[in-house]
Amino acid sequence: MTIANLNIAWLLPEILILTMACVILVIDAYLPKQLRNLTYHLTQGTLLGAALLIIAANPMQPILAMNDMVIIDAMSVVLKLFIVLIVFFTFIYSREYLQDRKIFKGEYFVLGLFATLGMLIMVSAHNLLMVFLGLELLSLSLYAMIAMNRDSKVATEAAMKYFVLGALASGMLLYGMSMLYGITATLDLTKLSQSVSEISNDRIVISSVNQLISETEEVELAIKNVEKHVTTITNSPIATKIAEIIEANIETDAMVIIKPMLASSSQNYTILVFGLVFIVIGVAFKLGAVPFHSWIPDVYHGSPTSMTLFVASAPKIAAFAMVIRMLVDGMQTLHTDWQGMLILLSILSIIVGNIIAIAQQNIKRMLAYSTIAHVGYLLLGIIAANADGYAASMFYVVVYTIMTLGAFGMIILLSRTGFEADKIEDFKGLNERNPWYAMIMLIIMLSMAGVPPMVGFWAKWAVLAQVINAGFVWLAVLAVLFAVIGAFYYLRIVKLMYFDKPTSLVPIEAGVDMRFALSANALIVLLLGLMPNTLMAICLGAWGISV
Amino acid sequence: MQDTLLTIVLAPLIGAIIAGLLPVSRRIAHSVTIGAVGLAFFLSAYVFYQIIFAGHAIYNETLYTWLVAGNVRLEVGFMIDSLTAVMMLVVTFVSWMVHIYTIGYMHDDPGYNRFFSYISLFTFSMLMLVMSNNFVQLFFGWEAVGLVSYLLIGFWYTRDTAIYANLKAFLVNRVGDFGFALGIAAVLMAFNSLNYGEVFGLAQAGEYKQTISIFAGHEWSMITVMCILLFVGAMGKSAQFPLHVWLPDSMEGPTPISALIHAATMVTAGIFMVARMSPLFELSTTALSFVMVVGAITAFFMGLLGLVQHDIKRVVAYSTLSQLGYMTVALGASAYTAGIFHLMTHAFFKALLFLGAGSVIIAMHHEQDMRKMGGLKKYMPITYWTMLIGSLALIGVPGMSGFFSKDAIIEAVHHAYDADRAGAWFAYYSVLFGVFITALYTFRMFFLTFHGKERMDEHTKEHLHETPWVVTGPLIALAIPSIFIGMFTIGPMLFGGYFSDSIFVAAAHNPFDPEHYHGFISFMLHGLIQPPVWLAAAGVGVAYFLYMKRPELPEIIAKRSGIVYKILVEKYYFDRFNDWFFAGGTRKVGTFMWQFGDVRFIDGFINGMADLIDWFAGVFRKVQTGFLYHYAFAMLIGLAVMLGAFVY
Repeated sequence: MTIANLNIAWLLPEILILTMACVILVIDAYLPKQLRNLTYHLTQGTLLGAALLIIAANPMQPILAMNDMVIIDAMSVVLKLFIVLIVFFTFIYSREYLQDRKIFKGEYFVLGLFATLGMLIMVSAHNLLMVFLGLELLSLSLYAMIAMNRDSKVATEAAMKYFVLGALASGMLLYGMSMLYGITATLDLTKLSQSVSEISNDRIVISSVNQLISETEEVELAIKNVEKHVTTITNSPIATKIAEIIEANIETDAMVIIKPMLASSSQNYTILVFGLVFIVIGVAFKLGAVPFHSWIPDVYHGSPTSMTLFVASAPKIAAFAMVIRMLVDGMQTLHTDWQGMLILLSILSIIVGNIIAIAQQNIKRMLAYSTIAHVGYLLLGIIAANADGYAASMFYVVVYTIMTLGAFGMIILLSRTGFEADKIEDFKGLNERNPWYAMIMLIIMLSMAGVPPMVGFWAKWAVLAQVINAGFVWLAVLAVLFAVIGAFYYLRIVKLMYFDKPTSLVPIEAGVDMRFALSANALIVLLLGLMPNTLMAICLGAWGISV
Repeated sequence: MQDTLLTIVLAPLIGAIIAGLLPVSRRIAHSVTIGAVGLAFFLSAYVFYQIIFAGHAIYNETLYTWLVAGNVRLEVGFMIDSLTAVMMLVVTFVSWMVHIYTIGYMHDDPGYNRFFSYISLFTFSMLMLVMSNNFVQLFFGWEAVGLVSYLLIGFWYTRDTAIYANLKAFLVNRVGDFGFALGIAAVLMAFNSLNYGEVFGLAQAGEYKQTISIFAGHEWSMITVMCILLFVGAMGKSAQFPLHVWLPDSMEGPTPISALIHAATMVTAGIFMVARMSPLFELSTTALSFVMVVGAITAFFMGLLGLVQHDIKRVVAYSTLSQLGYMTVALGASAYTAGIFHLMTHAFFKALLFLGAGSVIIAMHHEQDMRKMGGLKKYMPITYWTMLIGSLALIGVPGMSGFFSKDAIIEAVHHAYDADRAGAWFAYYSVLFGVFITALYTFRMFFLTFHGKERMDEHTKEHLHETPWVVTGPLIALAIPSIFIGMFTIGPMLFGGYFSDSIFVAAAHNPFDPEHYHGFISFMLHGLIQPPVWLAAAGVGVAYFLYMKRPELPEIIAKRSGIVYKILVEKYYFDRFNDWFFAGGTRKVGTFMWQFGDVRFIDGFINGMADLIDWFAGVFRKVQTGFLYHYAFAMLIGLAVMLGAFVY
């Protein structure tokens, strides 16, 4: 182990964020209250610096660093960049909101930076331990962040629920990992992947050998057949072992040794799938797929809006990366198994998310269920289980975070001290109060509903196209039907904004940075919708597909 | 070349954006748009010079691929040949003149910037249309000019009549555009391409789908169906019978618009399109006969309506309809060159007549009824003389531009008559007697306006004076080509093979034999012994007699002729019929759909579904109890189900 092997230069973005988070924590402790803005500016500077470093550290081919603990590849660069930028926008939207509510504290930004660091680690993880560490760093920061407004009952309740359920999910994830480790004796994702594919090859060999044995009564003939069969197979350890045993022993002895060996080896695969179920549950919880979604409505609703914004946006990208790292990098060979699990999660999420969202009166809760539905669509691309599908999902998750950012940004914009603007009816007559903001919300809502020419349409189109290519036409049909139902609650907001009379005429006030960022946010949604090719090409490029 | 072409197209667009979307002053709005269109004009003149005189090869490039779906490519590209060069020159020149004229005409209007933005946008759209090298861009330009036309007819959107007129124009054009879109679809079906060059190449080589089965069992000639459908588009845009009804009403728009869009440029888009598609139309004599007969009906019967109008602009409008009919007849007789030639001369003298009429209207304080005019000659000498030039050009006095083009058309139809083309006899007599009618209504308008008793009220009379130079300047600028352009261009355009690179005429159909042409003077002398000139003279004579010598006679004739007069005043009852049958019928069907389909079916079924989902939502949301242990329990159930389903 030498320093050169660590490839530290490739991890400069993470190192910068970690260092700065500690520095800011110390500085903030000694800052007088009126200079609190300095914390904010330092944080934003750190994020921009990290973004630049991420762009600078863009490798031509995947690079392993820290003794293979982390990987820097095209996907990680793209996702990290989006994470850092999304967090940057989140902080812009949050500043005034926090100041108004007297919770403008350094901890928020420090926790935010640590959470960002956790996300970056998840994205770059090349080892099950790193996945888990990144996830915990992110989750713990989020729990604390939500509970920061400790006088608020709903916020503490939300944090508590999130924490307990999160601990449960982490436990399950860890349990799944330990199962995998038990079978494969490795945590490294490349090695895991090799091991997994050997085990599934073994499984094929075992079933064919079992069949050969059961076909003939005569032991000698059976062993001859088996020998003929196994010598042709090269990629399975068990086949080699059987061949050796047959060589070394006479037929009847060989049969006595082989039979129990087959039985014990065939269990390996079952245990692998058993572990896989727990891992899928772990990521399903982080994404918020039904039935592991219950924390989402309560947390979105209970947290202060700026915290909701943070929880709802960037971590989804990290969760997507976690799915890819574990299921694709680690267990691509098991895709026939995890496809089925993801289909189940996806269908349930699309149905439950879209239907329950209709019944909501609180827009944060409505957006929570909309998130659940979006997660269902996001999973469609992964279900396709090929590079095009993963690229489509990646496109979806990036687009989704941009839209969510705008939606919660609008809620923050409309709120003011003592008024949260989180009821759906608070959007009534927005067009009369301010047509520009109404248009921003219009663009975002249409995009979420998947109406062209907004980018949300292309995102849905991409995942649906992939899931149809993979042969699941019925799944696509179902997804589209529920997208129609889902359109209702997005369009209801539009209707309230444009066709109802406003209930209050208080002018909407916001700082220049906020107004500018929010406008840019909506215009990006529109612009990406008119020209989706660039982002699509980036996502495809991350999977080595050139257009 | 590419940069020049892009500048020509984009300059008016940028001008339109600046004047329309930015908060600029009136002065900047008109300076920018006039400058942009002027630039487009000068560059068009340069392109014209390059293509025609400097022998530049035909420019045909695709600049941008918008979308590829299967083997359909939607592209943006330019094809510049002699036909395009002429159209570009005409469009930019007339547009430029109208821009300048507008400063005077719209001087007091609150929508000043909006107006300049629209007409610049129109120039952009029209250039996109004529410069296209494929059917999709043609369709884009086609629809874009239609849109601007709609916006401009309804420019004074507080007037009910304007709103009625622009809606009418839009709806009638929709009928034509539907045919046009089907025609483009037929092109794609037959040739598997939308690029002009490829389509025309395949058409000449005969490599296309020959028949189409619209009703099972009946095979139709593909090319005939395609050409007639495309021509239906032209009928809408160029206001041919029976889709002509929108054009007279379009005079509700400001006069510069009538001159620019509804006389000189947009309405000729249909003529241009058919000429551009000549390689296709030449393959179907059936379609050509259809074109010829439709044109003939329009030329003759719409001219008649001009006789009974009192609104000065409407007279010019019906005259436009009739002249468009002449152009269409020319197309049907395979004399595409004559059609385009008449299009060009007509653009100048009809824009002149409209702007002259506008000048009169300004002087009369926006009074348009000719019964309240008369004797304006002494008040407005420039307008008078330029209008006289326009009128003489319109009726085809030998030597004026209109003479050459109209005579060429009549000659061509005569040729088709000799060749025994179906419907040619009808077309021949229609265009021949049309000449008499043209002269009659033109000079009726002229005499009523400028000569005879002064019938306006005292107040108007006191303020009568010639209009400012921004109005008269364009009149003079348009009067010059109205006189001369015919004699100088007839040789190369009709007989000199000027359009040989862009218009294709089957040898047997070609009406213009260069061997029989001996310069424009002999053409003129030849014209003197032909009936059209004498019919035109007779028309002027009758007008003089009826409106100068015996002004009481027209009314008596109107009363005596009873039903005939009524039919003319009612415009052959087309509007009544359309209102009753199409508008009324559609409303009836709509009401039925609403009462039965919407209220009964949709509200019942769909709302039922919606209620059901709403009910489900109400039930499901109760699952979210808020209790932590319920949530944890849900997770464990999920775990159990997944283990059960996927492990064992």
